[in-house]
Amino acid sequence: MALITDYLVQGCQMLLILLLAPLLTGWVRVIKARLLRRRGSPLLQPYRDLYKLLGKEVVLAESASWLFRVAPYLIFAAIWVAAALVPTFANGLLFSWTADLIAIVALLGSARFFLALAGLDVGTSFGGIGSSREMMIASLAEPAMLMMVFTLSLLAGTTELSAVARFMLTADVGLRVSLGLALLALMMVAIAENARIPVDNPATHLELTMVHEAMVLEYSGRHLALIELAASLKLLLYLSLLACIFAPWGMAAAGAGLAAYGIGLMVYVIKLAFGGVLLALFETSVAKMRVFRVDEFLGAALMLGLLGALLLFVSREL
Amino acid sequence: MTLPLLLALPMVLLAVGVYAVIAARPPHGSRQVYSVALAVSTVALIAALAYLASGQAPETLRLPIGLPWLGAHFRLDPLAAFFLIVVNLGSAVASLFALGYGQHETAPERVLPFYPAFLAGMNLVLLADDAFAFLFAWEFMSLSSWALVMAHHQDPANTRAGYLYLVMACFGTLALLLTFGLLAGPDGGYNFDAIRAGQITPGLAALVLALALIGAGSKAGLVPLHVWLPLAHPAAPSHVSALMSGVMTKVAVYGFIRIIFDLLGEPVAWWWGGMVLALGGITAVLGVLYALMQHDLKRLLAYHTVENIGIIFIGLGLALAFQGNQMYASAALALTAALFHVLNHSLFKSLLFLGTGAVLTATGERDMEHLGGLIHPMPYTALAFLIGAAAISALPPLNGFVSEWLTFQAILLSPELPQWLLKFLAPAVGALLALSAALAAACFVKAFGITFLGRPRSPVAAQAKETDRYSLTAMFILAGLCVVAGILPGLVVDGLGPVVGSLNGSVQLTTQHNQPWLTLVPIVDVKSTYNGLLVMLFMAISGTLAALLIHRLASNKVRRGPAWDCGFPDASPATQYTAGSFAQPIRRVFGSVVFQARERVTMPPPGDLRPAKLEVRMRDPVWEIGYAPIATAVVALSSRFNYLQYLTIRRYLGLVFGALVLLLLGMVLWR
Repeated sequence: MALITDYLVQGCQMLLILLLAPLLTGWVRVIKARLLRRRGSPLLQPYRDLYKLLGKEVVLAESASWLFRVAPYLIFAAIWVAAALVPTFANGLLFSWTADLIAIVALLGSARFFLALAGLDVGTSFGGIGSSREMMIASLAEPAMLMMVFTLSLLAGTTELSAVARFMLTADVGLRVSLGLALLALMMVAIAENARIPVDNPATHLELTMVHEAMVLEYSGRHLALIELAASLKLLLYLSLLACIFAPWGMAAAGAGLAAYGIGLMVYVIKLAFGGVLLALFETSVAKMRVFRVDEFLGAALMLGLLGALLLFVSREL
Repeated sequence: MTLPLLLALPMVLLAVGVYAVIAARPPHGSRQVYSVALAVSTVALIAALAYLASGQAPETLRLPIGLPWLGAHFRLDPLAAFFLIVVNLGSAVASLFALGYGQHETAPERVLPFYPAFLAGMNLVLLADDAFAFLFAWEFMSLSSWALVMAHHQDPANTRAGYLYLVMACFGTLALLLTFGLLAGPDGGYNFDAIRAGQITPGLAALVLALALIGAGSKAGLVPLHVWLPLAHPAAPSHVSALMSGVMTKVAVYGFIRIIFDLLGEPVAWWWGGMVLALGGITAVLGVLYALMQHDLKRLLAYHTVENIGIIFIGLGLALAFQGNQMYASAALALTAALFHVLNHSLFKSLLFLGTGAVLTATGERDMEHLGGLIHPMPYTALAFLIGAAAISALPPLNGFVSEWLTFQAILLSPELPQWLLKFLAPAVGALLALSAALAAACFVKAFGITFLGRPRSPVAAQAKETDRYSLTAMFILAGLCVVAGILPGLVVDGLGPVVGSLNGSVQLTTQHNQPWLTLVPIVDVKSTYNGLLVMLFMAISGTLAALLIHRLASNKVRRGPAWDCGFPDASPATQYTAGSFAQPIRRVFGSVVFQARERVTMPPPGDLRPAKLEVRMRDPVWEIGYAPIATAVVALSSRFNYLQYLTIRRYLGLVFGALVLLLLGMVLWR
């Protein structure tokens, strides 16, 4: 019986993130619009977009191969699995030990790999520009993220995310320089990886500086729906990650019962809403960077991450 | 008794090589030679697997050949058996591939005699148990592979590659010769058993480490000794390139492990590990950066081998550092990671070279700028190459990720090390490893994307045909093994257990195959786990579920139309991104520092009809700092002494006499 409950809770988590992801994207858009004194689209607009896209036929370019058609499913699957492995409302779920933080980073890497290939598949100049820049950004963002993982695992003694979250709840963590650096690095990586301002602009289509949108330019119909949903899931993943590592309060323990799960869920939604507001505030207050400034931005993230890890290699007290 | 069988098999190969000299005429000659090579490699593979699985004690054998007072010693132990598996798996698959690919060979008489000899040489290196046999087999392997590099010697680039390879191979063998000389000591105990028993002073041991790094490192491709590798590996026929890059570099790694971990015994100084670790980190990042700048597919792969050798040496360096501090449990993890990567790299690098061979057969091109769109005419080759590219980019759930994950876990254990230098070095190398992993993904998006995706950039690419069945079977065997090793890593780690134990004071990782769901739990009390099988299952389930639901409930209609490309219709294939343009952002970010890459745009004034020009200039720091001065000095010296070639016989005799007197004087004074 307990096992069945465990499976159910794990299943609920997978469904929950899938359902919440478009809401989060809509929420960020609403806040951004209000900050710009626009009325903006309704909160539920992303759901409507997805519904509409799913019902439409796919217009495939003549030069598209089988990879182009398979890639959306692969990307979606990889990001969904990665997002499902990040603790949200409850900690230590049934399959939380399947993949640790390094594997989650690498799963996101898999999704990026196929997205970049899909960008090259049709053989257009915009697809190429997107893929090439995405890989440049990733070549700095991924090591920065891994350095953050190093910092956490040196503190917690493991790379397993639920164990890290449990450790962060204990009293002996305290305020640490290395954690601050890791937090900063993770936020910078999150902004870059989710194609947010100032690295990329999620709301543009006709700009020579676009990266993510350039890669998915040829997608339409259900394929585009999957890719949009995957992008929303990725944003949710990063916010959940920030919440579970740096603000793990209120998360239910494994097998804590329905009431605890309910509280955990409410706290989680509040955290997400708060994260969304912060993201929108940040995005409206900075201008987009030139593409070749991005490497300085992410290089800084990498150095911060490395510095945090180095401090811990020197002394566990910092 | 596995050892006599394993010794007899290379003899069969040598006999086939001799036979090939007489009978190497297409089509039957090549088919016969490759079939025998396939059969022999398969038997050797099974024998080595059976030996490793049975966990028997080492077998030794002394044959009365070679030096009269020494004989030839051979030994089969877990380390040799593991590398025999790597070598013979690679050779079996390459031979299978060559059953199809070899039919297109233009000069079979230059390939067929040397191919079996090359395989025999690699097998004998692994079995040798005295310095003489080892060096003889090593040199035999080098020279036979050199002959294969020179198979297409009409191309001046290949001749140059062959020359450089020969110089570097001789240099490496010289270093190994000195290594064994130091190890054997003044009494000349060249038998490996005598070397193991002997004691050596710390100073000499450090010298042995340096010489072993030079000797094995030059064959494996450690920076800065890697220069020959990207020239020589691509010059050979593709199945031989696969063997040289995927397998022969592993024999070099074997040489290093045998000398440092086995013959030398316990490392005496902790800084050895630091040195190997730093070299590995630098090699990994420089290798992948070089690879990113290439647009010749085979050369890109060869440079990428340099990166992977770096990753292997990071693992070995960590193991040395841990062993130097008596932390055997951590050393076991690092060694397992390194050996796992040895196996993985032999799988996916062979696969990628074979895929390149298929492309080469289909189009005659290996310059990516002339390829493109090959996924349409060659869907199966594309799928196999894609699996290899994803595996080498360390993407879960494939095998490359597992060994990099294990290496990261080993690095995370390094704060326990007491030395400050290592404490600083380990996270820095970790950052280099992370950087090289991310750059590798970029590199293989480029390699696969530009070659197989997009639209054809030349007529030959447009008219390509799918390759033959033998080649496809060979590639899919390797692709399948990449997947299997990725989702069942616990079994591989268990298989590596006795090998690691034999090098690490009988300490090995805990048994993995009885973990629930075949989870990988390298160190029990650290609790970091990874389960490739479940990741694979979850991805498969969620992807299939999404596909089913969407096709059942939403739309499944498809319409073909011209590409959208933001409203630019019917663009020419020349507007696609090329290999050069794909790498441009990375070249600007990293290359401007490492290679001093400079771009110059020449824009003609208005009214001038000349085309605008973009020039990119890059410099190879290793060549310019390390090799160019030596080459200049050698040329200057030899032109200075050139007159010695035109002396009279009297003067030559005088020279010889003078030299003799000088040497004798030196001897007397030294005594």
